[in-house]
Amino acid sequence: MRGFLLRRLLYMIPTLFLVSITTFIIIQLPPGDYLDALAADMGEAGVENTAVMEALRQQYGLGQPMYVQYFKWMKGILLEGNFGISFEKNVPVNDLIWDRLAWTFGISILTLMFIWFTALPIGIYSAVRKYSVGDYVATFFGFLGLAIPNFLLALVMMYVAFKYFGQSVGGLVSPEYLNQPWSWAKFVDLLQHIWMPIFVVGTSGAAALIRIMRANLLDELYRPYVVTARAKGMSEFQLLLRYPVRVALNPFISTIGWILPTLVSGEIIVAVVMNLPTTGPLLLRALLVQDMYLAGSMILIVSVLTVIGTLISDLLLAWVDPRIRYQ
Amino acid sequence: MTMTQTELANAAESNIDPTPIVLGPWALVWRKFRRHRLAMVSAVVVIFIYLVAIFAEFLAPFPTDQTSVRHTFAPPQPLALFVTDADGTRFRPHVKGLKMEIDREAMRRSFAVDAERIIPVGFFVKGYEYKLLGLIPANRHFFGPLDPRDPMYLWGADRLGRDMFSRIVMGTRVSMSIGLVGVAVSLVIGVAMGGLSGYYGGWVDTLIQRFIEFIRSVPTIPLWMGLAAAIPLDWPPLRTYFVVTVIVSMIGWTSLAREVRGKFLSLRGEDFITAARLDGLTDREVILKHMVPSFSSHIIASLTLAVPLMILAETSLSFLGIGLQPPLVSWGTLLKEAQNIRSIIEAPWLLIAPGSVIVVAVLALNFLGDGLRDAADPYSN
Amino acid sequence: MTQPTPIPTEPAPLLRIAGLKTHFFTDDGVVKAVDGVDLTVEPGKTLCVLGESGCGKSIMARSILRIVDRPGRIVGGSITYRAADGRSVDLAAMSPTSAAIRQIRGSDIAMIFQEPMTSLGPIQKIGKQIVETILLHRRMSKAEAKETAIEMLNRVGIPRPRERFEAYPFELSGGMRQRAMIAMALCCQPRLLIADEPTTALDVTTQAQILDLIADLKEEFGMAVMLITHDLGVVAEVAEDVAVMYLGKVVEKGDVYSIFEEPKHPYTRALLESVPRLGVRHAGRLPAIEGMVPHPLVRPTGCPFRTRCRAFMPGICDVHQPELQRQGRTDVACFLHNPVPAHG
Repeated sequence: MRGFLLRRLLYMIPTLFLVSITTFIIIQLPPGDYLDALAADMGEAGVENTAVMEALRQQYGLGQPMYVQYFKWMKGILLEGNFGISFEKNVPVNDLIWDRLAWTFGISILTLMFIWFTALPIGIYSAVRKYSVGDYVATFFGFLGLAIPNFLLALVMMYVAFKYFGQSVGGLVSPEYLNQPWSWAKFVDLLQHIWMPIFVVGTSGAAALIRIMRANLLDELYRPYVVTARAKGMSEFQLLLRYPVRVALNPFISTIGWILPTLVSGEIIVAVVMNLPTTGPLLLRALLVQDMYLAGSMILIVSVLTVIGTLISDLLLAWVDPRIRYQ
Repeated sequence: MTMTQTELANAAESNIDPTPIVLGPWALVWRKFRRHRLAMVSAVVVIFIYLVAIFAEFLAPFPTDQTSVRHTFAPPQPLALFVTDADGTRFRPHVKGLKMEIDREAMRRSFAVDAERIIPVGFFVKGYEYKLLGLIPANRHFFGPLDPRDPMYLWGADRLGRDMFSRIVMGTRVSMSIGLVGVAVSLVIGVAMGGLSGYYGGWVDTLIQRFIEFIRSVPTIPLWMGLAAAIPLDWPPLRTYFVVTVIVSMIGWTSLAREVRGKFLSLRGEDFITAARLDGLTDREVILKHMVPSFSSHIIASLTLAVPLMILAETSLSFLGIGLQPPLVSWGTLLKEAQNIRSIIEAPWLLIAPGSVIVVAVLALNFLGDGLRDAADPYSN
Repeated sequence: MTQPTPIPTEPAPLLRIAGLKTHFFTDDGVVKAVDGVDLTVEPGKTLCVLGESGCGKSIMARSILRIVDRPGRIVGGSITYRAADGRSVDLAAMSPTSAAIRQIRGSDIAMIFQEPMTSLGPIQKIGKQIVETILLHRRMSKAEAKETAIEMLNRVGIPRPRERFEAYPFELSGGMRQRAMIAMALCCQPRLLIADEPTTALDVTTQAQILDLIADLKEEFGMAVMLITHDLGVVAEVAEDVAVMYLGKVVEKGDVYSIFEEPKHPYTRALLESVPRLGVRHAGRLPAIEGMVPHPLVRPTGCPFRTRCRAFMPGICDVHQPELQRQGRTDVACFLHNPVPAHG
């Protein structure tokens, strides 16, 4: 187990390195650098602040070779936890992002739970009662869930909620609670709002997972060890949960690895539609105005956290399945 | 089992040992696919959608950029087939006219059906000029108002009074072709990488697998957003289109590469491959004559399942405003018009019409791909 | 009662299968995997069911425990099991998911399978799987069950059983896994052990060890064994009674000496001839049974073996179905020995 852990941690290093390079390339992609634009703006406004400009230029190594810029950028992040400043808002990136990142990952993790708690029983039912009415219904909704893009579902739900239930839509709390300190009432209000993004983001993932669970379980249901368990005199329900479901769960757990990135992605796009105080709207805004250190930092952190999530899922899998541990 | 019921019955009656009729692998795939009723229906739908994409100009009654100040947010006008008047009921396709009413207090305009005014609709009517298949100049359209200046908003109008129906028909071409082009790009990268990985193994395999793992572990939307946002707004539409396609296909190839690799790995150990090699076939011949045919049906199925993913990706990016840009019309750019709740409340068709088209197209492609995947393994039961 | 009982002094059988039919309802048609099997298993004896692959012997065995997978189901016949308290139950009439049949599975009748590699739960410890079986059928504490399981592992010849108790199946060799399977099957001291080709997947030396083990345990626990095999060597080694199956039917049955010395059915004869023997010189190739097993959906009319039979009699074998009848020392279903019915 320790060797496995070590190997997985080692694998992470090149991945993280690639993530940082990719992010850096994205930051560099727009032509010119933001300081040029800033200087032009300042010039127009009649403000001359060469000293500040020069300091910024120095800090980010602008105008120097690429690898120097990359090195300076990474040095700031790794050694000082300094992600640079948002040029547009002129405040450190650190001040802007952490709250929103916490919400993004909070919602993503809640969505993951939602997916598990819906996909597991439905998937099992679908496999055990193959070709039953329930199976067809589950399959149909599964396909529908996969076919509706997140943002479209978000729009439809908002429309329905507004038109037929008169519910205020968008945001995580009602407007009157926006700047209030946390209280029981605000928490309840949060619960009334947060289910919608969770449902919207989770639908496609749940649909996919139901299909995976069904297929996996169907693979296992007719294995000889199931017959053995039956021949031992176990009841169908007992043996179902103890043997085939237990084995079919492995790929289920490993899905954290691939589903987490899609959840984070989905959360970002749904947040834009539903106007949630998470990474999505901020990232979109930063990309549109080319506030590249802000955007880059968010892409970097979201990616790194996702990679870590994948690692956790791998470890969990090894913990659950002895066969992987001993490989 | 490769015999049909009747063949079996005949064989049993004539008291001879039945010799099973040997069907080729593609015939088996087709036989199994045909049984999948939903997939068959979906295949028809998909073919229909692609026909719409090919003959979009012929099917769209109005140009996509024809605006009308008098018909902003005009609601859908239902198409009626019969007219009943003093002379009795006659077959005469038409739509009812629209009356604009202005609510002075709320400062809003609304439309009401003008039952008096009948706008006759005809088939193969004259309209705007276009080139069929990009070659043949034409001005006939499948259907439209007899007088091209009359309004006919089957699926409503947008904020500039443009006909949603025509725009969705034209958007079909862009959205559906992005799926195809994206898949083609994925196919080339995926098969090349997967093939290299699976055939050579060793460090090549490790390197490529690590790289794929990296791509898959990064959340796609932020990455796409980052890349797509870097596309300059002043680029010509065609170049934007191509770059967006490439960005979208960056994800698709990984699963394909994995599949190809897996197939190569499992086939490498198969007896018939060993036999082919012992027969003195070269690597190239083994790959082309024996390995590729045995997994090409799987690849086709995976490709079909990748198309809807690409379509959804394009739609998402364009919806956020960082994918395709106007004047290019795609399903995504159409949905961008329905981005805020106020415009949806005012004109729900902006959401419903393109939304349903996307869902139908993606569903059909998914069912088709699923049926193909089931059929791709004709020997399994 | 028109049917005379052959030997009236014989003790009542542990298991009597009569006219058992198990059919599979597939998309392509009905596969009659078991089509009228008559068998008896005597207490404390070993019955070998012999036949080529695909003759329905496995399905017959699974029908006894009612663990035939869909689309297969029993469509006729009875399986009468005489329980320890002397009462008889018809297993064929029970619901396959009922508590009554579950009570019998693993406790009265246990089964071991062909594939030791895949017949144990892949990610559960061996010991846990055995303890689970014990706790299903015996009132015991977990600690007692564990001791019983270790004792059983020891009894089936697994070295260092206390360590192996914590092992996962993939950590054991094929032979060891089959021993673990036997331990699991016998941990509740069943009265009948059904072994479905228990040695097919093992190498030759291990095969002999496992067969010896089964024979020893049979004596020790005084249980009956139904051994399913296609291997005549296995039959010769362990059988007391033999039933030969072909295409879902028993074509000949009797005690092992009668079958080997005086086979009556052409199929049994052909099977015996196709085995090389020490001291017997064959001119050229070993004789093989001609032709192939017919397609499962196309059963020949009349006698199922007639398409490959050297003694095929047109007008008789393809018209009438031979019934199993006592001829001398064995029961045989063949018109060479049995009277032909006047009108079909």
